[in-house]
Amino acid sequence: MKYSEFKNVSLSIVWFWLFIFALLPFCLVIAASFMAHSDTHLMQMPFTFSNYLKLNNPIYIRIFEKSLFIAGSVTIICLLLGYPFAYIIARSQSRWKNLFILLVIIPFWTSSLIRSYALIAIIKAKGVLNSILLAIGLIQFPLPILFTNSAVMLGLVYNLLPFMILPIMTNVERLDNRLVDAARDLGANRFTTFRKIIIPLTMPGIIAGSILVFLPAMTLFYIPDILGGAKSILLGNLIQNQFIISENWPMGATFNTALTFLLATLLLIYVFATRSHKRREWL
Amino acid sequence: MRISSLSSSVYFTLTYLFFYIPIILLIVYSFNNTQYSLLWHGFTWRWYVELFSDSDLWISTWHSFFLGIAAATIATWIGLLAAVCLYRYRFFGRNFLNGLVFILILSPEIVMGASLLILFTLVHLPLGFMSLLLAHISFCIPFVIVTIYSRLVSFDKNIFEAAKDLGAGDWLIFLRILVPLLWPALFAGWLLSFTLSLDDVIISYFVAGPEFQILPLQIYSMVRSGIKPEINALCSVLFCLTFILVLMSQLALRKKV
Repeated sequence: MKYSEFKNVSLSIVWFWLFIFALLPFCLVIAASFMAHSDTHLMQMPFTFSNYLKLNNPIYIRIFEKSLFIAGSVTIICLLLGYPFAYIIARSQSRWKNLFILLVIIPFWTSSLIRSYALIAIIKAKGVLNSILLAIGLIQFPLPILFTNSAVMLGLVYNLLPFMILPIMTNVERLDNRLVDAARDLGANRFTTFRKIIIPLTMPGIIAGSILVFLPAMTLFYIPDILGGAKSILLGNLIQNQFIISENWPMGATFNTALTFLLATLLLIYVFATRSHKRREWL
Repeated sequence: MRISSLSSSVYFTLTYLFFYIPIILLIVYSFNNTQYSLLWHGFTWRWYVELFSDSDLWISTWHSFFLGIAAATIATWIGLLAAVCLYRYRFFGRNFLNGLVFILILSPEIVMGASLLILFTLVHLPLGFMSLLLAHISFCIPFVIVTIYSRLVSFDKNIFEAAKDLGAGDWLIFLRILVPLLWPALFAGWLLSFTLSLDDVIISYFVAGPEFQILPLQIYSMVRSGIKPEINALCSVLFCLTFILVLMSQLALRKKV
């Protein structure tokens, strides 16, 4: 009897917690997205599709497009920078390998708010970067980087790059070297081996990394807030505004539901791409 | 071959510089004896002295530490139970639980923050310590589960068979075998939760109330008002603290069972 007692007690605690604080709130968001907004109540009952119809507003559409564009560019930049890096670390024979990995993990643990703030001193008009460029005569006038979209993208890449590197690194480490050798033996050149063997086998890591970069890139609202200035509004800032400032919760919930749909789509792609792989241990 | 290994070393070094130069500069500037200039005006402890005499900041720091310790401790226990169940038992909804953990890690924090705000408002839970605690425990649990589970899969299953043959029940196996063996992973999971809680801006932003100020939100409002040397000092202290915590957790995980 003791056997099932431990199992039942633990499972009840775990399910209870996840049900109340993960599944229920998730359903509440979807429910809230169908409610009406009024000045006296945060949410009102008559079920309505009007919030979803309001999504078809040119302002919202422009913010969506901009968020998708910035998040997409950031994901591609992280992939291009991160893949070779992850590959080099994973294949490294160096006795310092653990230290190298640790140095990638540290940014993952430390506050991204602090790290974004640290960027300001470098890219502001009289910052380090401009001073160096002026000193070596590469530019005549300081470049306006801070408070532009480039600053937002730089901040996002800086913060999210480790999230691209870590899953890819795990995948490259598990890559069976014999497959690479076999491809080379059979006459494939380096490029073909990379394209036909290495890329497909590390695809789960690429997709997991891309999800871990893409979604936060749209929703880390404090990065556009402190690096981008007033003009840089992304989806995250929009949701934050609806909930905290204009207190239009149903509309905020609608954006959140749309975001969840996007997540679900990306997850389906991931599950589809990893059907034959073990999917844990990606962190 | 030479050239390619040279270029990969250069690339490697540049990426690390990209990661660490901003932080190193931040720490250097926190000792710079000037308010605005970029140039070096001599070493000073001034900003740290000002920082440590700011009583509001002390209150938020105390709040954040208390919150982090409480959230990490509870999240570690719940995460431990979940990881052990996922590892040892077949049960109804096991795949669902697996998937849920995975989704919770991938899903944007803003979704969780907003949804918890709706939940807390609906049950009339005042926003403050309690709401923050419940939210922080919830977003830490999946990370604890992953940390502990990846340790569990490296265990020899025969240990449990042997214990069972010798008559140990599940509670005994849990308390006398699993918990002691998992100690390093519990420690690492706890530290990860603590730092996640200490650094979290987005979820806290939604569920914090005016009475219970916490550090990340206070830093956020300070940062929005621009660069100040005290913020440099505060961020340097926090960065060094997290750095030490990461090192501790990595050392704990490194030792083989």
